[in-house]
Order: sequence, then C-alpha cells, then structure tokens
Amino acid sequence: MSRRTIILGIVLLVLAAVPPIAAALNQPFYLDLLRRIMILSIAAVSLNLILGYGGMVSFGHAAYLGIGAYSVGIFMFYGVTNGYLQWLVAIAASALVALVIGAISIRASGIYFIMITLAFTQMLYYLGLSLEEYGGDDGMRLAEKSQFPGLVDIGDPTVFYYVVFCLLVACMWITHRIVNSRFGMVIRAAKSNDARTRAIGFSPYPYRLAAFVIAGAMCGLAGALYANHLAYITPNLTSWQQSGDLMFMVIMGGMSTTAGPLFGAFALLILEDVLSSLTQHWQIILGPILVLVVLFAKRGLAGLLPGKEDDG
Amino acid sequence: MAEPLLEVRGLRKAFGALQATDGVDLDVREGETHAVIGPNGAGKTTLISQLSGMLHPDSGRIRFAGEDITRLPAPARSMRGLARSFQITSIYKEFSALDNVALSVQAHAGHSFRFWRPARREEALRAPARKILDEVGLGARAEIIAANLAHGEQRQLEIAMALATSPRLLLLDEPVAGMGTEESQRMVQFLGTLKGRRTMILVEHDMDAVFSLADRISVLVYGRIIATGAPQEIRTNPEVRAAYLGEES
Repeated sequence: MSRRTIILGIVLLVLAAVPPIAAALNQPFYLDLLRRIMILSIAAVSLNLILGYGGMVSFGHAAYLGIGAYSVGIFMFYGVTNGYLQWLVAIAASALVALVIGAISIRASGIYFIMITLAFTQMLYYLGLSLEEYGGDDGMRLAEKSQFPGLVDIGDPTVFYYVVFCLLVACMWITHRIVNSRFGMVIRAAKSNDARTRAIGFSPYPYRLAAFVIAGAMCGLAGALYANHLAYITPNLTSWQQSGDLMFMVIMGGMSTTAGPLFGAFALLILEDVLSSLTQHWQIILGPILVLVVLFAKRGLAGLLPGKEDDG
Repeated sequence: MAEPLLEVRGLRKAFGALQATDGVDLDVREGETHAVIGPNGAGKTTLISQLSGMLHPDSGRIRFAGEDITRLPAPARSMRGLARSFQITSIYKEFSALDNVALSVQAHAGHSFRFWRPARREEALRAPARKILDEVGLGARAEIIAANLAHGEQRQLEIAMALATSPRLLLLDEPVAGMGTEESQRMVQFLGTLKGRRTMILVEHDMDAVFSLADRISVLVYGRIIATGAPQEIRTNPEVRAAYLGEES
C-alpha cells in the first residue's frame, strides 16, 4: 500500500467516527459540514472519472447535480416521497441527459468541448429559472426528506450522515475498479495519446461516451443527496460557479487519483468556511490560494503524497 | 500472379498549394519488405498516414487484402491487420512498457466494455504482451514507466505495440530515427528477424538499413514514385541517383 492509500484510509476512519464525536462535543454543525463535503465529494469523484482519467474537461458537471436535486424536489412537490423512486429517477435522468450532452460534445475536443458542456448546463440553469411552478429563481423548499420505508430514516441526521458516507465509499470503490478495468485503460489511453489509441485499433468515442454517462449518473445521485441535505432546490445548483467548484476540487485534490476528489472537496469547502468567517471578502483570498495550488502542486494535494496514478 | 496485399492507385493529397502525394501507385506483395525512400519533404509520412487512415486522400484508391479501405478510419484498418509505428515516438508515456503493449493486445481482444476486473491482472493480455516485449528485447524493462525508457527503447516499444496487434502489414515510419549507431544496428538486426515472416513497408533515411533489409525499394520524390525495383536496380538507376542518392553520397 502506498502512503496515499494509508492516508485515505485514515481520512475515511475519521469521517466514520465524526457523528459520535460531534454528539459528545455537542457540535452538530460539524456533522452538517462534513455531510455536505462528502456529498460534493461524490460529485467530484464522478467528475474525476471523465476529467482526471478521461481527459474530458467538462465545465458543466453541475448540470447533473441540478437534475438529481430537481428529480427529488419535483417528486416531493407532487407528494411522492418514496426515496427509492426519487433517487432511481435522479440517477436515470442524469444518465440520460449526460448521454445527450456527451453524444454531442465528445465529438468536439479541447476548448469546444469545454464550451459545449458549459452551454448545455447554462441552458439547464435558465430552464430552472423559468420553472415558476418549482420556485423559479427563488428555488423551492422541500417539506420532508426522501422516505425509505423498511430501510433507513434519513430524517435522522446521523443516519443520513452514514448513508452519505457509505455511498461515498461505494462511489470511490466503483470508480477505482472502473479505471483499472479494460474499459478504464481505454479511456486513460485515449487521454494519454489519442492518435496512438486509434492506431492500435480502438475507437475512443463510445468508451468516452460511456464514461460520460457513468459520471453523469453518479453526480445525479450526489444531486439527490444534496437536495435532501439542503432541504431545498435552486437553479444555482447548476450554475457555472458550481461547475467550477467541482473542477477545482478535482484539480486541487489531484486528478486521476482515487483520493484526490475527496481531498479537494475537503480543502475547498473548509477553506471557504474558514475564510468566510474571517471576512466577507473571502473570495479575494481564496482565489490566489487556488492559483498557487494549481501552479505549484501540479498533481494536487494527493500528488504531494507518494503513490502511483491509480493506487489510492 | 496473386493480387498484392496492398494496392495503391492514383493517390493524391494536397495541403493548400502543396501537392504532398501526387498520384502514387504502389504494390506491396505478401511477405516482402518494401522500403520507401526519398529526400526530406518528399511526402513519405503523408503517404504512411494515408495508408494507416490518419489522413484521408483527396482522390485515389487503397486496397488491402482484397478490400477497398480508402475511406475506412484508422481503428477499422487496425482491425483488418494494418499497424503503424510513428516517426515521432508515440507511446503512452505514463504507463509501463508492459501496459503499453497490453493495450495493443486488448484492442484486438474483443470489445472493452468490461468495467470490473483489473486489466493488469488479466493474463490473457499480459502474457502475449510480455512475449512481444521479450521478442523486441525489452523483456527486462517491462515494468519501467515508458517515459523513463531510453530513446532507443521507446522506439523498440513503438514496434512492439504495432506487432502486438498481429498485423498483416507493418508500416514502419523511420524506425531507427534519432538512434545511436549501436542502437540502430540492433534495431536493423531485429527488423531482419521479422523479414520474410511479416510484410513490411519501411520508410527510412538510413541507407544502410534500407539496403540491408529491403526486398524492393520505391523512391518518392515530390509526392511521386519515380522508380520501384530491387535494391541493385535502384542503386544504379540514373534518375534516382540524380534526384536523390547523388545528393547523399
């Protein structure tokens, strides 16, 4: 095991131990903060699959966060509280939209790919604004949480915390398996050297598209979790700032590493939290920090720890 | 006589005003090593790129193993048994030498929509890849990250990746480019072991390599083939001497 894998293990153990510690210290706020970090980590893990491993710089990944959240919110609006149904639709709808966006954008490359993914997500953002029924630009409160009869009650903050924790570990595990499978080797090869990949006989397009759909589906799940966490949906979930935040998590944490997105989400959200408590102009401080990290730690926080690209 | 493995007729490709390929006819017979030589800028790499499907010709026709492949994209040509090596080393730098070759094997081992089993533990991919690395003399360097291989080793890896697709025709674009004397001798020796067992098109500047390996030579000048023949004929062909060999010797 590399040192990075060990540190990832320690971070996960600490995360698992947070609820009893927060309860003992009577600090429920930390439970809330860490749950939010873990939910956005799932989104970052999914983005890492296409951005880090696949080399597809999607500047519109927040689209699936929004679709996942709105899937839950709209069902709630009509009084359908069944979580199995809500989350399944959140994942399926995100996968479907990713299929459409990916089918068009993956034919382009470089800056065009970035702009097309951004444009689609902006379309969804304006769609959200125009949905007056579901709150328009004010967003919409959710009266209750998704119901999982016979399984768990995520209305209990600690239970919800562990549900998120387990899903995060599952998503990291699944991604780790995928990127080391035959499929994963193809998308990584296509990122590394497209001409060579075609020359040895691969057509990268269907593999890239499949990765794009998997990432969309996984981020849709994060969206469903986020709607429950916030008890609120808003078009801002699909804003370009949100897409940018997800990219920063991946890049700052370390692209194409299993642990990177988690480290990145932690670093970004805790920095945000600390800095915003110091001054209301916290973004002026955050911006240069991000630039410095990108300039001086090219392989991100995970890159500071020894370990191979894919082993932790 | 049997139909040649590769048959090129009237191939043309222009980049703006530059006619890089200007009506090329070329036959390559099964089993032969066919060298394509020519001065810098004669259009050799452009020709190879059209044969491998990286570039599409403006007009003309390419038949391979009895099938018109003129419009086929590169991956489909690879599937039919055309493999190329690149003049400028083109490998997966962050992967190990073994990973590089295993990817070539994988490309020809059915679809890759397999999401769960670690590819690096699949003997079906690793064993053939190791065998080919041994064959090109990189067996002991299998686990080295490709970026850390010496230049000559990276050139060997190029060839290994092409061989791993079990090609019927190997397109070798300057395999000894940038190599030291000793390295290039070893490469020529290795290519000599393929001779007769593989059909090869060899684009090369190194005349020693060409004359020791080729069964036939075609001379490309300004996008046209001005002569094709056995090495001895080419050496003595006055037109060739004037256009090309004369300049070098």
